[in-house]
Amino acid sequence: MNPRVLMIGWELPPFNSGGLGEACLGLAKALSKKGVKITFVLPQKVDINVDFMDVVFADIEDSLKMMLSSYVTYSEWAKQFGTDGKNINPFDFLGGALEYAEKIGKIARRCNFDLVHSHDWLTFPAGIVAKKLSNKPFVTHVHQTEMDRTGGHNLNPIVYNIEKVGMEKADKVISVSQFTKNILVNNYAIDPNKITVVHNGIEEISRKRLPPALAAMKKLNYKLVLFLGRITLMKGPEYFVRAAKTVLEHRPKTIFVVVGSGDMQEQMMAEAGNLGIMDNFLFTGFLRGEEKNRIWQSADLFVIPSVSEPFGITALESIANGTPVLLSKQSGVAEVLSHVLKVDFWDTDEMANKIISVLAYPSLKKVLKQESSKELPLINWDKSADKCIGIYRSIQENHGF
Amino acid sequence: MDELNAYMSSSFRGNPAFKGREDVITNYYEIFHLPFVIYHLLFILMPSICLYFQVHQPMRVKKYRIFDVGTDHDYFNDTGESNLNNKKILRKVADKSYLPANKLLLKLLKKYPELRLSYSFSGVFLEQLKDQLPHVLGSFRDLVKTGQVEILNETYYHSLAFFYSRAEFESQVNMHKDLIWKLFKVESEVFRNTELAYNNDLAMWADSKGYKGILAEGWDSFLGWRSPNFVYQPTGTKKIKLLLKNYKLSDDIAFRFSEKSWKEWPLTADKFARWVDAINGNGQIVNLFMDYETFGEHQWKEQGIFGFLEHLPSEILKHQDNNFVTPSEAVKKYPAMDEVDVPGVVTWADTERDLSAWVGNSIQSSALTLLYKMEKKILDTGNPKIIQDWRRLQTSDHFYYMCTKWFSDGDVHKYFNPYESPYDAFISYMSALSDLKLRTKATRKRRVKNV
Repeated sequence: MNPRVLMIGWELPPFNSGGLGEACLGLAKALSKKGVKITFVLPQKVDINVDFMDVVFADIEDSLKMMLSSYVTYSEWAKQFGTDGKNINPFDFLGGALEYAEKIGKIARRCNFDLVHSHDWLTFPAGIVAKKLSNKPFVTHVHQTEMDRTGGHNLNPIVYNIEKVGMEKADKVISVSQFTKNILVNNYAIDPNKITVVHNGIEEISRKRLPPALAAMKKLNYKLVLFLGRITLMKGPEYFVRAAKTVLEHRPKTIFVVVGSGDMQEQMMAEAGNLGIMDNFLFTGFLRGEEKNRIWQSADLFVIPSVSEPFGITALESIANGTPVLLSKQSGVAEVLSHVLKVDFWDTDEMANKIISVLAYPSLKKVLKQESSKELPLINWDKSADKCIGIYRSIQENHGF
Repeated sequence: MDELNAYMSSSFRGNPAFKGREDVITNYYEIFHLPFVIYHLLFILMPSICLYFQVHQPMRVKKYRIFDVGTDHDYFNDTGESNLNNKKILRKVADKSYLPANKLLLKLLKKYPELRLSYSFSGVFLEQLKDQLPHVLGSFRDLVKTGQVEILNETYYHSLAFFYSRAEFESQVNMHKDLIWKLFKVESEVFRNTELAYNNDLAMWADSKGYKGILAEGWDSFLGWRSPNFVYQPTGTKKIKLLLKNYKLSDDIAFRFSEKSWKEWPLTADKFARWVDAINGNGQIVNLFMDYETFGEHQWKEQGIFGFLEHLPSEILKHQDNNFVTPSEAVKKYPAMDEVDVPGVVTWADTERDLSAWVGNSIQSSALTLLYKMEKKILDTGNPKIIQDWRRLQTSDHFYYMCTKWFSDGDVHKYFNPYESPYDAFISYMSALSDLKLRTKATRKRRVKNV
């Protein structure tokens, strides 16, 4: 019999701050298609329209903006809400997660389910409570850790502990990559036998071709190299700038487009200024939908210089947009993609070498594009859902269902 | 024969190299059976075994970055721990394969005077051996001195020049001839092209140059119902004869020997000899062509490959009708059974058996185009170092490393690739080529100035 799952999430598109919401939706949809009955819990009421599963709300009281922003480092969060003179309590940062745990009881008592599946630390306290109240098995799904967000420096000990306890209390842990599994084993001391890697998938394997962005620059034979994502420590923006400096020494007609925002944006701009290459940088801020895809499709190369990237769904989105990818080896998605360029994030010379090569040799760009698009259909949510169901079944067997 | 049929079909199933070819393979012997039964009634046949080993090591391009262009002109001198370190690899393969295999084969040649072998050495390989491991070269010489070993002719740089520049191709063949004469004091009468890349044009060229024989893959696409176990005549030629690789039996050793999932594992010499015996009456010659590195490098000592090799001659010779021949002896001994027409290029690689492993994608073809476009300017420099580097960059392996086919499957291409990806191979190669271009320009300028 198909298991009934109480899935505890933090966000779903379109009310999402990043990849977590997309991943939850993709997985839940594929699981539902395979007959898994999902009750998806969100912390707050939003106007969401899905028909394949029940969505219920825990009605916690934090403002939506503050909540979505919890999914960043504490220092970034404090910067966002603490600079206007108001005193903020560090516990407010955790408040959402804790209140979620308080409110989950009502839902857990009301719903029928066979197991609890919860996504990332913000939902772990709620997951633990749901497990306790229902006495049902508990799966934690790790999309990102405090280690990734902070690079291991100044990590928030409470967040770290919530992550660790959540995984310890879980019957099974799902990590989105082998890369993340290694972090869970090495930095959280979780038993490797308890962790299964389930890579993320992608739903849309090709994007509609859109009118080009930055056409005037392309007409002047400028090549475009793209950075897209939150401008935070884990995404490695400073390595991108350093590589850009080297690229420009060899290919002055290159524009580096930065799409996104984050707590390191100023620093990134300052760095480009210091290196005297600000003229070759273009900061667009945060973009969505067609605007984002137009720039993506116009770029000659998409670079992900992440210092620590549990998965990196943007690599797949880039391929869907027909743009080849240069990826740091410190990213989970590198495990499922062969036809991309790979580089250690700290090796900015090699990063530049590869960027220059893609700009210099049209055949390289062409083959990367062709071959990576063939890989994309193999990286789908169906596969991820099958693996998840396998995990559910193995837990059920152990619990004597 | 049913048993053989069953074996034929089973042994190919599950082998990634034969994806989608099961139909051909299942019917292989059923189809060939009938005409040759009739033939068998008319003649009494003595099947011969013809062994040919390819020995080659490329000069791999080191990790060469765009920043090295114009400053570093040594493309092949990696000294690190990576598999781009040519010296390191040569030593490793010599220890694991060449030395133990040569030692064993020398013993066998002495023990069985009727044993025959043939080798094709690339010039780039012999050059490296001569410089770094002369004692290994000596051990090959000892084999040749027995008089039971033939050396074939190929391009010095193990290149695909035949398909890009006839003049360059001929220069490299002549260089190879000279080198073989210098090192072994023998002359070749049989030609084999890089990766067994073959077509009618090549056969006609070899015929016109007086070669007695030429080698190719015994591939179903052009053989049709015919068996590779006969000698043929290439279309459009007068005298030359064609020897075709029995890919099934060759690959049983070269590819499948250590494969535990293979139904026939473990392969023993007596089992293999029985398969050869089964051909008795259905063919005159069994051509077993493979890389010499099969022994000890692709198939490991621990898996018993040397034990297999050691017992192979005695097991084959147990059957009175069997004997060994060199390619030259084969073409002398057997008449051409039929004419074989190969208009398109056939090689011994992959399921496609074409050149796609070397020129199948745009990075490969763009690199090759640029390389051969430089020919005239390179040769005009008259600078031996520049010409040598250009020729070393012609070695087919460079393009094989850029092959994107099957790359994600992690199969044979990945195994043989010393680079992290086909793209890394391409990037280093193109940067090296850019540097070579600059050197060519600089030399030309100097010459113009001097005039």
